[in-house]
Amino acid sequence: MLDGLYQEIILDHYKHPHGRGLREPFGGEAHHVNPTCGDEVTLRVAADGATLTDISYDGQGCSISQASASVLHELLNGRSAAEATAVHEAFVTLMQGRGNVTPDEDVLGDGVAFAGVARYPARVKCALLPWMAFKDAAARAGVGISPEVNA
Amino acid sequence: MTSFDVEKVRADFPILDRLVNGHPLVYLDSANTSQKPRQVIDTLREHYELHNGNVSRSVHTLGTEATEAYEAARGTIARFIGAASSDEVVFTKNSTEAINLVAHAFTTRLGPGDEVVVSEMEHHSNLVPWQLLCERTGATLKWFGVTDSGRLDESQPVITERTKIVSVVHMSNILGTVNDVSRIVARAHEVGAAVMLDCSQSVPHFGVDVQQLGADFIAFTGHKMLGPTGIGVLWGRYDLLADLPPFLGGGSMIETVTLERTTYAAPPARFEAGTPPIAEAIALGAAADYLSALGMDAIHAHEQEITAYALGALADVPGVRIFGPATVEGRGGTVSFAVEGVHPHDVGQILDADGVEVRVGHHCARPVCARFGVPAMTRASFYLYTTTGEIDALVRSLHHVRKVFG
Repeated sequence: MLDGLYQEIILDHYKHPHGRGLREPFGGEAHHVNPTCGDEVTLRVAADGATLTDISYDGQGCSISQASASVLHELLNGRSAAEATAVHEAFVTLMQGRGNVTPDEDVLGDGVAFAGVARYPARVKCALLPWMAFKDAAARAGVGISPEVNA
Repeated sequence: MTSFDVEKVRADFPILDRLVNGHPLVYLDSANTSQKPRQVIDTLREHYELHNGNVSRSVHTLGTEATEAYEAARGTIARFIGAASSDEVVFTKNSTEAINLVAHAFTTRLGPGDEVVVSEMEHHSNLVPWQLLCERTGATLKWFGVTDSGRLDESQPVITERTKIVSVVHMSNILGTVNDVSRIVARAHEVGAAVMLDCSQSVPHFGVDVQQLGADFIAFTGHKMLGPTGIGVLWGRYDLLADLPPFLGGGSMIETVTLERTTYAAPPARFEAGTPPIAEAIALGAAADYLSALGMDAIHAHEQEITAYALGALADVPGVRIFGPATVEGRGGTVSFAVEGVHPHDVGQILDADGVEVRVGHHCARPVCARFGVPAMTRASFYLYTTTGEIDALVRSLHHVRKVFG
C-alpha cells in the first residue's frame, strides 16, 4: 500500500533536493510551519517583472514536504507568473482531489508522483506546505499567484 | 513469572482484535489515549440504557440514580489517588481544563515581581496556561531545565522567595521520565508557594498517592487511564480549593442567585458549572475499579518489564537514538526515539502500514524537541495490554522503515 505514497521520484527528490538553500537577492520570503508536526519551510521568490528568476528554499520535515519543495523549485523556477499560476492550481487541485484526480504530466512533471499522497489526508498538508509558502512569498515579491489554498 | 496475565487482560479490550491495513493492530500510543476495556464500554452503555437523568437537581428516580452513580465515581477516584475526601475531587473536561482552572484562579493572587515556575519538560497544557497567567498579571515565568539524560535539572535555584506557584510534570509524556518531585515540593512549600503536578501520565500507570506526593493540586485525565474522553480530574487540598474563586459560572456552582449577585457553592460543586460529563465520570469510576482490581503495582511491574525489553530491542536497531533515560529506573513506558535520516512522519507512516500505531511529531512538548535539537520524535508508549510480541513487531517495522529509506 505504501508504494502509492513513497514513489521513487519522491524519495529521490527527498534525498537529492533540487535548488535547496536560501539565496539572495529575493523580493519576497515566507516561512510556513505545520503546527501539528513541526515541519517547516522558508521560501524566497526573486522576480524580474513577471518572471520568477529564482525560487530558493530551506526547511526541515518529512520526505513528502521536503520533496514537494524540490519539485516546486523544478517546476516553477524561471517560469512566468502566469505559467506558475497554472501549475500551482494543478498541484493544489491534485492534492485536494482525495486521489480522484488524474494529473497531467505535461503540466506537473515530477509532481504527478504526489497523486498517491492525496489519498492520505494526514499528509496532504505536508505536500502543500511549500506551495502555500510559495504563494505568500510570491505575493510579497509582487507576483500574484492564485488560486486560494484551502488545506 | 508474575501473576499478571497480559493475554487475559487483552481479552477485555475488543479493539485489540482488529486489523489495521491487513495486519493485527499493534497499539503503541497509549500515552496519547488508552484503549477501553469492555467493562468501561458496558458502563457507558448501561448508564444511557437504564439510568440516564441529569444530576444534582432532579427528585425523580432516574435523576437520583444518576446522581448517586456520579458521586460514587467521585468517591472511587478519591480512593484511587488517596484523597482525604471525595470533596477534593473536581470533575473537569480533561487535564488541560484542570490546569487552566487553577491558573485562572491565581490571577488575583499574582502581580509584577511574582514568579511562576514550570519546567522545560512540560506538555503544552502545563505551559501555555501559566504563560497566559503571567501575561494577565505581569508575573515572571521561570523553569527548570532538562539534562542530557532527560532528567529535571535541579542544579539551579529556580524557586525563590518570589515564587507563588510551581507546576511541573510528574511523568513526561515524551521522555518517559518519572520526576522525583519531593525536593521541588519541599522547596516550594518552604517559600510559601503552591505546588501543582501534571499527573496525566503517572496516575494511569502506577499507584499515585496524593498524601505521599505532598502537592497541593494535581491534574489528570480519564481517557489515558481506560476511561472515556471528555472527563478529567482536578484534585486539590480542600482548604486550598475552598479559597479559590469560581472558574466558569453557571448552574450547579451556585449557593444563592439574585439578579444582582450570586454566592457560590462549596467545592467541588463550585468548579462544576453546568451539566457535567455524567456518563463519562461514571465510566471513569469503572476504569479506576478495573485498574484497582488488577492492582496498580502489578500493572506497573508489567510495564517496567515491557519498557526494559523495548529499550534493549530499540537500542539494537541500527540508526535508532533513544531520547530520555536509558534504563527503566525513574522512567515509565513511554519511549521516544529518532531513526537516523528518516523524519518521524515517514517513520509513523510506514509503521502504520504494518499495523503499528505510534505517535509522531512534537507531542505537544515542542520545547523538549528543541532541547534535544530535533523538530519531532517518534514515540512508542505502552500500557497494561502491551506484549513483548508487539515490541518485536515494532522492531520489524523499523527495519522496514530503514529499507524504504535506505
